[in-house]
Amino acid sequence: MSETTQTAAEPLLEITLSVNGVRRTAVAPARRLLSDFLRHELRLTGTHVGCEHGVCGACTVLVDGTAMRSCLMFAVTAQDHEITTVEGLARSVDGTDTGTPTMNPVQQAFIECHGLQCGFCTPGFLTTITAYLQENPEPTETEAREAISGNLCRCTGYQNIVKSVLRAAEIQALGAAETTNERGATA
Amino acid sequence: MTTAMFGAPVQRREDPRLVTGNGRYLDDLGQGALAAAFVRSPYAHARILDIDVTDAIEVPGVIAIYTHEDLDGHTAERLPLLIPHPSLTNPMTGYCLAPEVVNHVGEAIVMVVATDRYVAEDTCERITVDYEQLPVVVGLEKSRAAEVLVHAEAPGNCAAHMVQEVGDAAAAIAAAPHRLSLSLQVERSASTPMEGKGVYARWDSDEQSIRLYSSTQTSTGVRAAVAAKLGMPLAKVECIAPDVGGGFGVKIMHPWPEEVLIPWAARRLDAEVKWVEDRREHFISSAHERAQIQDVEVGFDDAGRVLGLSVKFWHDNGAYTPYGIIVPIITSTQLLGPYKPGAYRCEFFSMYTNTVIVTPYRGAGRPQGVFAMERTMDAIADYLGLDRTDVRSANFIQVEDMPYDHGLLFQDGRPLIYDSGDFPATLAKLKALVGWDDFAAYKQQAEAEGRRVGLGIGCYVEGTGVGPYEGGHIQIETSGRVNVSTGLTSQGQGHQTAFAQIVADELGVPIEDVFVTTGDTRRFGYAVGTFASRAAVMSGNAIALAARNVREKALRIAGEALEVDPGDLDIVDGIVRVKGDPESSIALATVAVLSNPLRYAFDESAQAATQFAGTGPMDYSKPPVAEGEEPGLEGKDYYSPPRATFANGMHAAIVETDPQTAEITILRYCVVHDCGRMINPMIVEGQVHGGVAQGVGGALYERMVYDDAGQLLNASFMDFLMPYASEVPHIETDHLETPSPLNPLGIKGAGEAGCIPVSAAIASAIEDAEGFPITSMPISPDELWDLRRQHAEGLIPDLRRGSRTVAMTNRTTKTTKTTKTSSTTPATPNA
Repeated sequence: MSETTQTAAEPLLEITLSVNGVRRTAVAPARRLLSDFLRHELRLTGTHVGCEHGVCGACTVLVDGTAMRSCLMFAVTAQDHEITTVEGLARSVDGTDTGTPTMNPVQQAFIECHGLQCGFCTPGFLTTITAYLQENPEPTETEAREAISGNLCRCTGYQNIVKSVLRAAEIQALGAAETTNERGATA
Repeated sequence: MTTAMFGAPVQRREDPRLVTGNGRYLDDLGQGALAAAFVRSPYAHARILDIDVTDAIEVPGVIAIYTHEDLDGHTAERLPLLIPHPSLTNPMTGYCLAPEVVNHVGEAIVMVVATDRYVAEDTCERITVDYEQLPVVVGLEKSRAAEVLVHAEAPGNCAAHMVQEVGDAAAAIAAAPHRLSLSLQVERSASTPMEGKGVYARWDSDEQSIRLYSSTQTSTGVRAAVAAKLGMPLAKVECIAPDVGGGFGVKIMHPWPEEVLIPWAARRLDAEVKWVEDRREHFISSAHERAQIQDVEVGFDDAGRVLGLSVKFWHDNGAYTPYGIIVPIITSTQLLGPYKPGAYRCEFFSMYTNTVIVTPYRGAGRPQGVFAMERTMDAIADYLGLDRTDVRSANFIQVEDMPYDHGLLFQDGRPLIYDSGDFPATLAKLKALVGWDDFAAYKQQAEAEGRRVGLGIGCYVEGTGVGPYEGGHIQIETSGRVNVSTGLTSQGQGHQTAFAQIVADELGVPIEDVFVTTGDTRRFGYAVGTFASRAAVMSGNAIALAARNVREKALRIAGEALEVDPGDLDIVDGIVRVKGDPESSIALATVAVLSNPLRYAFDESAQAATQFAGTGPMDYSKPPVAEGEEPGLEGKDYYSPPRATFANGMHAAIVETDPQTAEITILRYCVVHDCGRMINPMIVEGQVHGGVAQGVGGALYERMVYDDAGQLLNASFMDFLMPYASEVPHIETDHLETPSPLNPLGIKGAGEAGCIPVSAAIASAIEDAEGFPITSMPISPDELWDLRRQHAEGLIPDLRRGSRTVAMTNRTTKTTKTTKTSSTTPATPNA
């Protein structure tokens, strides 16, 4: 259907973002939502869209490290910003692009604690919790529940997600301790 | 030694993919496909006078605009009636695109196909439809008043009227020492999965075939319906359910108009076409459930034993009845729960309204039935001044009564016979878990502190694993990889794990070697679907039987190769070995090679199966593939149960209600659950948690708010109050495992259980806290505040707490209806 693919009426913009540590450029109209841009222009379909009005949190990505709803942002407004999607969480833990990516503590905890069922809302929880634990590495159970109370999940009843937050904090602390020990050993 | 997988909390095989963004849901597929969007009716009841697309065809990027006039063949006809029933005397189904009249807001009228969704929606906005508005029927009161008809073909707005009776309930009630009447009500809610519906179709003009992906709970059902609608051979239609972002019932309904229209357009345009439902579309054009008005009459003795029970209810089925009357049939039968009433009569009317259709949502009529029965049990206890658990105990079916035949027909058209369950044991566990007997002291202490707390209970029995059948296929590759397939679909239940656990145990292979595929008609063509808590029971058993067939074949071939009796062989970690002589062994992978006599070796290991390889003594009188044998190490089997297997459970809730604001807080929530043998307790527990959360939503937050014009006022996640983590309590669970005698694995379904008795348990707890009857759910703080006001004004009576006088014992006492709707006398819809 090549003769129909032009959208002449709509000016297209070249948009460049850093996504999961890689500079990505694509062309899209000004009204393209960041969520749609990531999913359809950049083909990073791990970011999901559950409500299109910023309530469910499934589309949450990290913009310069802060959790934001990509369905409430235009792609052009993310120009030159650092975006982390669920696809980038595994790599972001050790900060390298080489070798097999290790799942980050939150991803590991979700698997251990049965923190997901259908998995549709999960990317939004993973990004939200990853950012939260950077600021709050030792949450209480009440704080963990509060931290996830802006995201909707229809499958789990949240109990195992709360458990996952606490377990992720443990794994993260363990990892940090190991890193410190290694540094200590080499020093 | 291979560790037993069945019964272990094995981590899910699907998770590494899903937590790294590698799931593939419907909208992740077909990135280059054309996009469809729909013009939907803004009116609840209207005649379409004209559709003007003049402005729309100018939009750059629009490919096609279709109305009902463009549809051809069977696509122009009404959508199928999926489950006909003799009592459904006035069935009505909609069209793919409405031809003349629309019957609810959201009904599709025009389909636009464009280069992308943004353009498709732009185009929809430029299409002008002229309507003549017609009078609207919203709510059961208006429907049964029948001053306005939804369909002229359905007099009194009644789609179906059904009565089932065991014994003479009226006589039993009349003769009973005590009688009570209750008027109850439950409002609408909906499945609301995080991922809405979606369809993606690829037409292959060379092969003249369609490959269809749908976010569905039944790929075989969609495939058959699409083939029929498009007039195509079944062999030329494939349907695949990719990763599905939740279902909860709404996706068992099929074919949705879009499931027919998208492949139809793909064929017509010779292109890939995709439609992904947005959140508002899901609210106004998929399905809802739950709304019922119920009248209960009960007669009982001094111990609270029910001697006669008569229930009459009105069920809101929305604008059409494509899924038949399954939901009210389930209400009418599952209402009985763990109890045995002396005589039982149930009569229901399934009623049309100008609202979104009603099809099963997790629990599927059971939450309403359990609400009716449990409110009745509490009312009896209150009337007699007995402990609420004592009244329930007095009515329990006992272990020695099993199997227990209720004398009714269940939703599968087969007898309602409970196979097993130990209700007194379930109750004992629940009482221990929640501290039932200590609550009075706690309540007294709380009241002394100026707090209002209440304890509630809800008991249920759930028919799970209904037929007619499911199948399983297992194939062991020459690499040792075990491919398992079953036709039903997955929406987050962890089937890739649970079914692999079964196969790992049955075959004696490492779970890492087992790969499960569900919901792909290319892999398994015969299936029913995932609903009614049936997947583990149906496919689990079918897969176990298939695995046993494969195991038998493997042992036979290995026995020949090792020259030993197959009975002396065992399979451990994928190696077939002689019992007591582990040195004498052969890998399953090698057995797979030997199972397929070859002419051509495709790799080194395959050489063993070629015609000159000379393995073993040759008997030239026999063909290479023996009579009755098939090449390949694979097997298939089906499981078709005589009837459903019945799981059960009991919940207790402790709530606190704020004396000033009437805010309702769940302090504790306890669940005892019995689904027979558990394949994976971690997954079962997760199912229970999720079910309870949906139950809490249905009890305290969620409702579909229609105005009198049939507009859904809260069609977004901003206004439809789906619970966040802040609203769902921590859930305490305990389990019983009473095996089902009906199936080889002894399992029962677990998917729906959690949500079934929640409204009943929470109503019971609020009533206990407040001291007056709660008869309508869901309940919000402002409604509770209003009930308090009515109670203070004497419009609602106190709970009796057994303070009846002797004079009152032998006459019918009617509890005052405390719903916000007016308490009109229920009438038959045609009266």
